[in-house]
Amino acid sequence: MSARDLFTFRNSHFRIGVGITAAILIVTAITGFIVLPFAQHWVQFANVWDAICSAAGVPQRAANVTAPEQTKRLSEVVLTSHTLSRPSQEAIGRGATLAQRCAICHGPTGISRADSPNLAGQYAAVIYKELHDFRSGARTNAVMSPFAVNLTDQEIADLSNYYAYLPRPAAYHPTPQLPKPSIVIYGAPMRGIAPCGSCHGSLDNKTGSPWLEGQSEAYMKVQLHAFASGERRNDISQQMRNIARAMTPQEIEAAAAYYASQPPDVVKAVD
Amino acid sequence: MLANRKLILAHFWLAFGVFGIALTLGAWQMFIRSPIGTWLSNPELYYRSLTAHGTVMGYVFPTLVAMGFGYAISESALEQRLVGVRWAWTGFWLIVAGAIMAMVPVVLGRASVLYTFYPPLIGNVFYYLGVVLVVVGSWIWVALMAINLRVWRRAHPGAPVPLAMFANVAGSYLWAWTAVGAALELLLQIIPVAAGLKATIDAGLARVFFSWTLHAIVYFWLMPTYIAYYTIVPRAIGGRVYSDSMARISFILFLVVAMPIGMHHTFADPQVGAGFKFIHSAFTALVALPTLLTVFTICASVEIAARLRGGRGMFGWIRALPWDNPMMLALAFSFVMLGFGGAGGLINMSYQLDASIHNTQWITGHFHLIFGGAIVIMYFAIAYDLWPHLTGRELIDLRLIRTQLWLWFVGMIITTFPWHWVGILGMPRRMAYFDFGDPAIAPQALSVTFSAIGGFILLASGIMFIVILARGMRAPQVDAGPYRFALAVHQPATVPVALNTHALWVALMIVLTLTNYGYPIVTLALTEGTSVPAVYVGAQ
Repeated sequence: MSARDLFTFRNSHFRIGVGITAAILIVTAITGFIVLPFAQHWVQFANVWDAICSAAGVPQRAANVTAPEQTKRLSEVVLTSHTLSRPSQEAIGRGATLAQRCAICHGPTGISRADSPNLAGQYAAVIYKELHDFRSGARTNAVMSPFAVNLTDQEIADLSNYYAYLPRPAAYHPTPQLPKPSIVIYGAPMRGIAPCGSCHGSLDNKTGSPWLEGQSEAYMKVQLHAFASGERRNDISQQMRNIARAMTPQEIEAAAAYYASQPPDVVKAVD
Repeated sequence: MLANRKLILAHFWLAFGVFGIALTLGAWQMFIRSPIGTWLSNPELYYRSLTAHGTVMGYVFPTLVAMGFGYAISESALEQRLVGVRWAWTGFWLIVAGAIMAMVPVVLGRASVLYTFYPPLIGNVFYYLGVVLVVVGSWIWVALMAINLRVWRRAHPGAPVPLAMFANVAGSYLWAWTAVGAALELLLQIIPVAAGLKATIDAGLARVFFSWTLHAIVYFWLMPTYIAYYTIVPRAIGGRVYSDSMARISFILFLVVAMPIGMHHTFADPQVGAGFKFIHSAFTALVALPTLLTVFTICASVEIAARLRGGRGMFGWIRALPWDNPMMLALAFSFVMLGFGGAGGLINMSYQLDASIHNTQWITGHFHLIFGGAIVIMYFAIAYDLWPHLTGRELIDLRLIRTQLWLWFVGMIITTFPWHWVGILGMPRRMAYFDFGDPAIAPQALSVTFSAIGGFILLASGIMFIVILARGMRAPQVDAGPYRFALAVHQPATVPVALNTHALWVALMIVLTLTNYGYPIVTLALTEGTSVPAVYVGAQ
């Protein structure tokens, strides 16, 4: 007995095996591609071919749907694994020179005394994204926007690398450390709020999210309210706007007070 | 004739060793997200543990059991020394190397992507390379099984291939083709991104590739269990296989219809057309067929044993069964869990019913009941049955063995039934934390607590299992005789070529994969603009 005896319609097992398989395939295909699409009375098909294409998942763009007009600018920052990798000493030096104009608000060593964010030791990706957004107009601020508007791509990268290179302020804020509020470590799952700490430190950090330990309480509160009201809209996929909208005023207070009271040196060390 | 006992023992010990570790992690995970555990405040640790648990239980443990059992079948059913012993050891060491390579990044928190990979999440490249090595190691086993059967056929032209080996090789072919989906996903999509050569990935296409592997892999896990049903249980309880042909047809059906059904895992995915979802759903329904055939054949085989022992009446024979025999006990437990799990599976495979339980804890309960319950309890039985032949020593304490099997059965029911229930209530899966203080989910706290207690019962049973095997290595020596498989009532003298070879059925398996997966894969691969930025785990 060889393959030749098996793969022939003279062999009853071959006949039955192939026949039944083909029959099932044909019946299920006709049902799935023709019968079921037409069974949905709320969907209109031009012809049978149209129904088959729809059931097969052929990508198609509906003719009468236009994308909604976008009135406000959105963030267009693209970050790849190579964008900010391995900055040279010169790049950091150029950043330091450029940073002199930032010192009036963000402090000469990247530590603010004016309720502006502390930038010393902040993730490069964060500064990179915010500066791009200020430049493009996706984020606006009466003070920051004029500074950012004339920066080149190279200058933005250099500034980001410089601030990331500075040491984080060691236990700068003098307030006693507060216990972790539940919004920070648990979030509020029933309202679709992920824990603050799962992106912003205390639990974990996600790319593009700043660490918040020791930042100004007033600043964080203002930003959360700005996200909630839609005044600030440079978050990707509305992730911060959705969270801030669902937060109660008490939760905003608690999260801001907690992060402001934490010493930045507890931020998880990363490369 | 078991000549390469060391090889088989090495596979089993590694399998059960990693199983013990992963089982401990599993129990800890159940505890930590239940109301009785104190929340760790760190979801990353939870997902790290979950990745290790899934990777070991999904890829390493069952593959090693199938391989070790496969070598044992090849030597004892064919009564010939294993051809390619060196290659077999190479495969084994590849799996050891792969498992270590994959687990190091997981332990370091660099690959908390879960064993299903979930692109666009991207972990450390060594995690994926480790998984590839495990698969390559197992492919060596696939080749060896085919070669050994071919060598035997040459020496016995036209003779019926022993049922155990026929099924074993069917299982190995199923695995070889099943693993191709995940291999394509890893090699073409994930590894280039993890290695830094690309920064975007088509997550939809990756999910389709993975569904190719994800469902049929379950039938690969199932193969040793079904082989044990047909070829060990009847012998162990003093009966005979009711029908040799029925057994062959069941394994053939698994080979043909286990593959083209994986898209019932992607019912909620928008990138797959509804027509293909329907075809996959219909073929999934067909998979119930070989299982129903098996349940019928094995019940009939068991009834033969009972009547030979003097059982009478319509159901009176059930009392005559050797219930103190661990193999009988394991079979009964396995069937009960298979029954419940299978019924749950029918819900998962139907498009409309799936909508109510998709991505809930129901699913986690379902695959633990089928795999951890019905399948793994037979892995225990296989080990108990083979152990005296591998070690040359007797497993003395049958009571302990029975207790272990009881605990596993009871533990699995207590774990998975509440799991199904909270799934129906809508509790999502893959969550590190639940706030049971919230009134909306507070009523589920009791069910989840039971489930966690079940997890600890399972852990206790798993520890007992390893202790029994370890004690078996030092028990008094005994001559267990040659390892035998069950005979059929009508032992076949000749078998039609279609039921004695795999070629036709492998061909049908490949053709059905092409018809059911070809178009969706090609369209997704050719459609522009479907890739999304990768999300690197642990990156800044």
